[in-house]
Amino acid sequence: MQSEGLVETATVAPRLSSVARRRQIREKVIAGFITAMAFTGIAALVLILVFIAKEALAIFLDAHAREEASLSKMFLPQVVRAGKPAAFVWQPVSSVPKVSMIPLFIGTLKTTLVSMVVAVPVGVAGALFAAEFAPRRMREILKPTIELLAGIPSVVLGFFALMVLASFLQDTFGLTSRLNAVVAGLGLSLAIVPVIFTVAEDALTAVPRSYREASLALGATPWETAWKVVLPAAAPGILAACVLGFGRAIGETMIVLMASGNAAIVSWNFADSVRSMSATIAAEMGEVVVGSPHYSLLFFIGVELFLFTFVLNMLANVWTRRVIKRLSGAGA
Amino acid sequence: MKNTMRRIVGGALTSLTGFAALLIVAILAIILFDAMRGGFGNITWQFLSEPPSDGMMGGGIFPALYGTAALTLLMTLAVMPVGVLTAVYLHEYAPPSSLLARAVRLAVVNLAGVPSIVFGLFGLGFFIHFVGGSMDRALGYQELHWGQPGILWASLTLAVLTLPVVIVSTEEALRAVPMDHRTASLALGATRSQTLARVVLPGALPGILTGAVLAVSRGAGEVAPILFTGAAYFLPDLPSKLNAQFMHLGYHTYVLATQSPDVEATRPLLYATVLVLLALTFALNLVAVLIRARTRRRASAAH
Repeated sequence: MQSEGLVETATVAPRLSSVARRRQIREKVIAGFITAMAFTGIAALVLILVFIAKEALAIFLDAHAREEASLSKMFLPQVVRAGKPAAFVWQPVSSVPKVSMIPLFIGTLKTTLVSMVVAVPVGVAGALFAAEFAPRRMREILKPTIELLAGIPSVVLGFFALMVLASFLQDTFGLTSRLNAVVAGLGLSLAIVPVIFTVAEDALTAVPRSYREASLALGATPWETAWKVVLPAAAPGILAACVLGFGRAIGETMIVLMASGNAAIVSWNFADSVRSMSATIAAEMGEVVVGSPHYSLLFFIGVELFLFTFVLNMLANVWTRRVIKRLSGAGA
Repeated sequence: MKNTMRRIVGGALTSLTGFAALLIVAILAIILFDAMRGGFGNITWQFLSEPPSDGMMGGGIFPALYGTAALTLLMTLAVMPVGVLTAVYLHEYAPPSSLLARAVRLAVVNLAGVPSIVFGLFGLGFFIHFVGGSMDRALGYQELHWGQPGILWASLTLAVLTLPVVIVSTEEALRAVPMDHRTASLALGATRSQTLARVVLPGALPGILTGAVLAVSRGAGEVAPILFTGAAYFLPDLPSKLNAQFMHLGYHTYVLATQSPDVEATRPLLYATVLVLLALTFALNLVAVLIRARTRRRASAAH
């Protein structure tokens, strides 16, 4: 609500009765209280970072943790057994803890890659259909249906990937590990298709009708109009949709925890089991000793996840605004 | 000739996008069909009203239903006032080009993108170890009382997670209240807070309820944030205190699906649990869709 008029009437009034003054003070208190409440969102975001970073900080400060989980041990190959070549191994619970993050990065990357390869084309094409080609009736059914898909709890999608997808893929392709990066990635794509669809559809419908009419009037077919006019106009928004989906896929936990096999293997074979960063936190936090190097390490993974998704969100935010600016700046 | 070619290729590619949309709907149908086929026959009154037995291979899910309900109720009580007032600030009180309002909006967008497992870490580090631990020290408890996983901490963690949902849908609801209502109320001499309490908020009530329902449906299905903030594998008693652990439908699904000693024996129970969870979230989403449709219709009629 535009409030300038109100503020003026309050300041212009020359002398107030005590009742009016009390009223004014009460209004100020209420406004102050509501403003204070609005800080909660900011406070939450800051507290999240501060408190997971605080628990992770021991890796750099505590002497014992610094030795067991130094940055070089996390990111450089280590000689696990004398005589063997140096390797990346995640095995934090063992007599000699091995804490390489690389297998977890690879696992996260593999599942995310699979999910993006599936979800981006399907999500964007679906959005293009809904925004450009679908009759109004069909669109009115399509959108709530996809919202329904978005409402499925991720543990149910994980269950579906674990019970149905995994068996189907194993029976069809005869894979050695039943739970692997492909199964988890396909499960993940179910979670991010609705995200990509919704954001992309918003960006596409924001393109002014005059663009389409101009293109059609020049003799372009509906497909040419959609592909060469509408899609490029909404490009930053589509990009934002993909980035948001990417962020969701990196951070999603339950699906990967249930369907990836949870083995920290370094390989480029997508049919191998993998262990993702988020699933590692979920699987290991329950049994860890509070304050131990392993505990700090899990929080350190949390910091990494937070920062990754934060950066992706900021990028998506910038690109979404760019669509709005581009389209309103073009004299729509 | 060339033009027909163009039309045919265009038509084919258009159908391809239609196929993508169809694929999404088909997948949803497959998931629903699979859950129905596997679970429908196993949902009986006993299943809904009894605790699990035989090491999770028999019995029902009553404690999990109860825990989920109690958890989401506490979560709603925590998130609604904060979320609604934040939206009120953004829409009713913030000056048009307020820096604070922009910062709040940015924080909300980012909060919505934080991975759910990170919320779990936050709940553990902040609510349990920091707040709970401090309370134990201040109240002089020798052993852990508040500084351990429990339903209060889990629900507060979920409240932070669902905050963006409530803020965004409440703001949408406030936008739907016609500006004339506010100016009429102010012109009659009502103050801003009176206008807010008697005109704006009642007008936005259906939309605010939508937000609450969406938050509940989101919060009820999240498992990652409660993994180490209070959910328990199996409890013989229902949670009776705020610092007690609880059973949860989603966590129960996870446990049955991944840690069962006998997969074949637990499969019917697992499917039935999944179906209950799905039915619950779909029912909530449906309610939200219906309220929203009604609000929109009324808002467009008012203009």
